[in-house]
Amino acid sequence: MIAESIVAVVPQGSRVLDLGCGDGALLARLQAERGCQGYGIELDDAKVLACMRRGVDVLQLNLEEGLAIFADDSFDVVLQLDTLQNLRNTTAMLRETARVGRLGVVSFPNFAHWPNRLSVLRGRMPVTRALPYQWHDTPNIRVGTFADFEVLAGQCGLRVLDAFGLRDGQRVGRWPNLRAATAVFTFERG
Amino acid sequence: MGSVGLVIPQQMFFAEPLPLRSGAALADYTLVYETYGRLNADASNAVLVCHALNAGAHVAGEAADGSLGWWDNLIGPGKPLDTDRLFVVGVNNPGSCFGSTGPMHVNPATGRVYGADFPVVTVEDWVDAQARLVQRLGIRQLAAVIGGSLGGMQALAWTRRYPERLRDCIAVATAPNLSAQNIAFNEVARRAIVTDPDFHGGHFLAHGAIPRRGLRVARMIGHITYLSDDSMENKFGRALRHAELAFSTQAIEFQIESYLRHQGDKFSEYFDANTYLLITRALDYFDPAREHDGNLAAAFAMARDNRFLLVSFTTDWRFSPARAREIVKALLDNRIRVAYAEIAAPHGHDAFLLDDPRYHGVLRAAFERIAKESGQ
Repeated sequence: MIAESIVAVVPQGSRVLDLGCGDGALLARLQAERGCQGYGIELDDAKVLACMRRGVDVLQLNLEEGLAIFADDSFDVVLQLDTLQNLRNTTAMLRETARVGRLGVVSFPNFAHWPNRLSVLRGRMPVTRALPYQWHDTPNIRVGTFADFEVLAGQCGLRVLDAFGLRDGQRVGRWPNLRAATAVFTFERG
Repeated sequence: MGSVGLVIPQQMFFAEPLPLRSGAALADYTLVYETYGRLNADASNAVLVCHALNAGAHVAGEAADGSLGWWDNLIGPGKPLDTDRLFVVGVNNPGSCFGSTGPMHVNPATGRVYGADFPVVTVEDWVDAQARLVQRLGIRQLAAVIGGSLGGMQALAWTRRYPERLRDCIAVATAPNLSAQNIAFNEVARRAIVTDPDFHGGHFLAHGAIPRRGLRVARMIGHITYLSDDSMENKFGRALRHAELAFSTQAIEFQIESYLRHQGDKFSEYFDANTYLLITRALDYFDPAREHDGNLAAAFAMARDNRFLLVSFTTDWRFSPARAREIVKALLDNRIRVAYAEIAAPHGHDAFLLDDPRYHGVLRAAFERIAKESGQ
């Protein structure tokens, strides 16, 4: 599901790089509805093929190897949606995101969402829509919270422009660290 | 998925000289080509297929001698490059030995077989020759040009020389230039041919000879570089020809030896030695960045309106993914539309001729869009 509030932060006509673009649905939509152009990066064969079928310009690259292929400031917007938690080199990737794009947009599952807290209080790792995996087979190697990211952004020299939570695709403004399943941050180089 | 069926190669004669990069010219020449499918009314659905070292115009379908086209697994009705929707042109390059004017033909200036006197041709020269053929076929703009390996270099060169005469460029298992290692392999192959006593300075036909020994060794070297270590290991390993060791330094002991000798023998029966020299030289010379002080991005600046698909194979050590990514980067630096697939196929460079479903899936998706965009 593509949250309207994420589509909304991408300015009309902007050049977009979508890191971990999946099946390319978001890019296809940004191209069709917002006159954007750009590329998606995806590692998975099936998803690369899905992007090709949509006519999305997908590059099959491993994000763990960085973004050296892109020049500084080559995009208006770099999206890193539901990807951060799968990457080993989190801080390097955030710096790279800020280097190649003027605006960075990151989203990731908020581990401090209250059902997750309840689950851990009960002694079990959470399994929810945003965190659908069992602890032993999850691809999410970085689990963090909305509040954690605010700290990390500072450490990576990012200036946070906007931060909000998402629950069922709806924007959560108040107490996002407790009330949002997904954390969304937009930022630029500090 | 079907075959295009029986195909008859066609010929087109060009009386006007073809100026070559070297400064020389080809006085006149004939190109052998094949076409499959139907050119639509506004001639917008044509796809040109460029060949690599050991191939020609017979790309798909069955020739009169029963041989299948070299890219028949890709091209035909319902296949990834669908001839029900797209019109496909395969052409043999000048200097090759599969029908078009080459070293085995008569030099009109001397009345003797060209042999070693055939002028040195480059990738760009081939593209110029292809462009003339395409124009004569009434195609103002190709829907796409596709090629693998050396063919990929031609597809890339099209976007530099005639960017307005094609829309899509699909370059598979190729590189922006040859590495020193690649040139080294080519040089060993060339020395094997040139030092064969039957080579006679390239005028072996005039001596009633063919430098088969040199060609065999050249092919053996080339063949090793087309396969991956793993695929060779899986196919042959250390398997022996006979149950017991013969303790001979000359007899064939290992299956891999038998295979390479067989490939060499087959090749030396049909391939022209001068063509081998010419084509490997064309590979060596290809280097679009050279005239831009090594800046590959500058070399593609004129291709702004083209759309690219690059494909590489993870086990291809002759044209590695890293080399394909250099091309992708040059295109990105120009903000050119490009897609890139890196296929984890085990077969080395040869993978571009095989039908890995991930590889063909990506090509099918690209050609479906291309067909749609040409109104098919």
